[in-house]
Amino acid sequence: MPKPKMTFVERLYLPEISKGLALTSRHFFRNLWHHSLASLGLESRDRAMVTIAYPEVRRPYPLVARSRHRLTKREDGSPKCVACMMCATACPADCIFIEAEEHPDPAIEKRPRHFDIDMSKCVYCGFCVEACPEDAIRMDTGSFELAYFDRKGLVYDKEFLLNDDPHAVPAHAEPLSRGN
Amino acid sequence: MPKLSIDGREVEVPAGTNLIEAARLLDLEIPHFCYHPGLSVAGNCRMCLVEVEKAPKLQIACNTAVAEGMVVRTDSDKVKKARAGVMEFLLLNHPIDCPICDCAGECYLQDYYMEHDLKASRLEEGKNKKEKAQPIGPHVMLDKERCVLCSRCVRFTDEVSKTHELGIFGRGSTEEIALAPGKTLDNPYSGCVVDLCPVGALTDRDFRFKSRPWFLKETATICGGCAMGCSVVLDTNTNPYNKVGQDRAYRLFPRENREVNGWWMCDEGRYSHHSVDRGRSQGPRLRGKGVPADFALARLAAEAAPLVKAHPGRAAFLLSPRLTNESLFAFRRLAESLGVAQVEFGDDLKAEGRADGFLIQADRNPNSRGARELGLGPRPGVLGGRDLLKAAQGGAFDVVFVLEHALDPAALKALAAATKVLAGFHVQEPVEAGIYTVHLPLAHAFEQDGTFTNVQGRVQRNRKALEPLGDSLPAYAWAQRLGAALGVPQAPDGPEALFRAWTQGRPELAGAVFEPLAAAAPAAA
Repeated sequence: MPKPKMTFVERLYLPEISKGLALTSRHFFRNLWHHSLASLGLESRDRAMVTIAYPEVRRPYPLVARSRHRLTKREDGSPKCVACMMCATACPADCIFIEAEEHPDPAIEKRPRHFDIDMSKCVYCGFCVEACPEDAIRMDTGSFELAYFDRKGLVYDKEFLLNDDPHAVPAHAEPLSRGN
Repeated sequence: MPKLSIDGREVEVPAGTNLIEAARLLDLEIPHFCYHPGLSVAGNCRMCLVEVEKAPKLQIACNTAVAEGMVVRTDSDKVKKARAGVMEFLLLNHPIDCPICDCAGECYLQDYYMEHDLKASRLEEGKNKKEKAQPIGPHVMLDKERCVLCSRCVRFTDEVSKTHELGIFGRGSTEEIALAPGKTLDNPYSGCVVDLCPVGALTDRDFRFKSRPWFLKETATICGGCAMGCSVVLDTNTNPYNKVGQDRAYRLFPRENREVNGWWMCDEGRYSHHSVDRGRSQGPRLRGKGVPADFALARLAAEAAPLVKAHPGRAAFLLSPRLTNESLFAFRRLAESLGVAQVEFGDDLKAEGRADGFLIQADRNPNSRGARELGLGPRPGVLGGRDLLKAAQGGAFDVVFVLEHALDPAALKALAAATKVLAGFHVQEPVEAGIYTVHLPLAHAFEQDGTFTNVQGRVQRNRKALEPLGDSLPAYAWAQRLGAALGVPQAPDGPEALFRAWTQGRPELAGAVFEPLAAAAPAAA
């Protein structure tokens, strides 16, 4: 891509710098004004800009946000999944791998022996959730922080997917935060 | 031949043809469950109702023979209403457990529901419960709830296998398919009822929960289980959990071929796809030790080439009726260029079983006839398989090449002791691989292209469905590499070129083409 040519005014340097400083100053004084009013109790804090000190402070995610998957459970704690492979069929990223086996209870008949999701391929489209006839897979853990030293950490297996703790880390993965 | 019109289109068919088959000629599908061209007409599912002019009521297409001037409508409102009504009855007590049903994806109920019904159930009372997941034989699982009582499986056991294991018992909504008292569905063709079942009532225990059918890749090929060479479809797919990292065979089922197997195949053949992974020889071996192929061939050449060159009469090839025509031809050509006359396929050593007068042949090799027709059978001046082994054990040969023959260890030891170089080529790793000077792995029949000549004399195309496992190669490829190593370079022909070469000078095969072969295969002898 060719570098854009600067006009004569732009090349004068000072006019552009003052334009930038004016913008920054406007935000500074506007926030100063709203924060002052808010601290005097004359206005709600909503109008002032806030910086959130992530990751110590987090904003609540909307309920419909699609985050890391989890497998829902029956009352006995086993997965609701019957290994029908609808999610694997619907998946446009081809990131769900299931192997089925016989369920000891003939009324259920089928269950997954393996249920792996390769999160490094997942595009968070939510088709798997839509396709599931058993409400066995959901994307509501609120967990987005998928960072590992190793790609293997991004392959979530059945046991890991059964927990709904947003901060859980798979046993076979080394999290980035360790040692920091 | 009667001329009739179906949905306003004229068609002329032989007298006695039913309307389903007549419509098929016009690419019109008349929906049906119980009708199957290989079985008698039962007419009990009522799905194929069509309107025939001048008939007071709708007629079932499966049991209505064509007549001159007949006017048939398959798309009128009356017909559509009737189909929707039949579908509602069939689905009344159906459990709709498609998520756990192996038939999902190839189920007539699913297809016809989408095409002809698309309504919610109006049933307010609970559905009838029946037995689920009942193994009724070594290969078949029965789910009585899913059954639409088309009776195809019952007619199969009555008319084709003639073993009468299955029947329809009870009346009304308790009517169900069940085993006849004291019987299990264990006839040699029992797997066919799974193919016949239009719904998920009869499923394959071997394929159970292995894969969804829409994930599978189909290859139309030939069963290599016996000399019959039934037309089959091999389904393959990758499995991330099998650690092989390449496609594997999932199931085998028959392909319609009225000249050979009709719609059927035996269970032995049906489950023979497991041999692709059973005890395979995957790497070349030099006196039992795993070595790279080039090294094995170089050592084989260093030891065998001077002996063969000095005395071509003291070298022998023992080929096999399990090899394709192309591989047999390639080895015959290699032997010719080496000047070796003793090339035989061991007709008297081949595996024999029992013939059953239907499909299963006594000769359990796919290509005995092909080998004989290639001139590799017993003939003057060449020892037959047994005599060859006896002579070799007596020290008549310095170099012996054995392809795809499971020789017993004692004979093999005597053979190895009496020869200077013994080279083996097998699909499955022989227990005594160390006895061979060099052992090279052969590709399975499902891993190579080629042709087999069945017992009727039909040259049938075998298609590659899988990549060869490990370092294995088709026999023709080994023949070419062996030729290069032994100093008699062979034409680097693929299976198609080899096919053209061996069919040349065979007037009965004039004009035969490798791809597709079906159209040019000679008529049954």
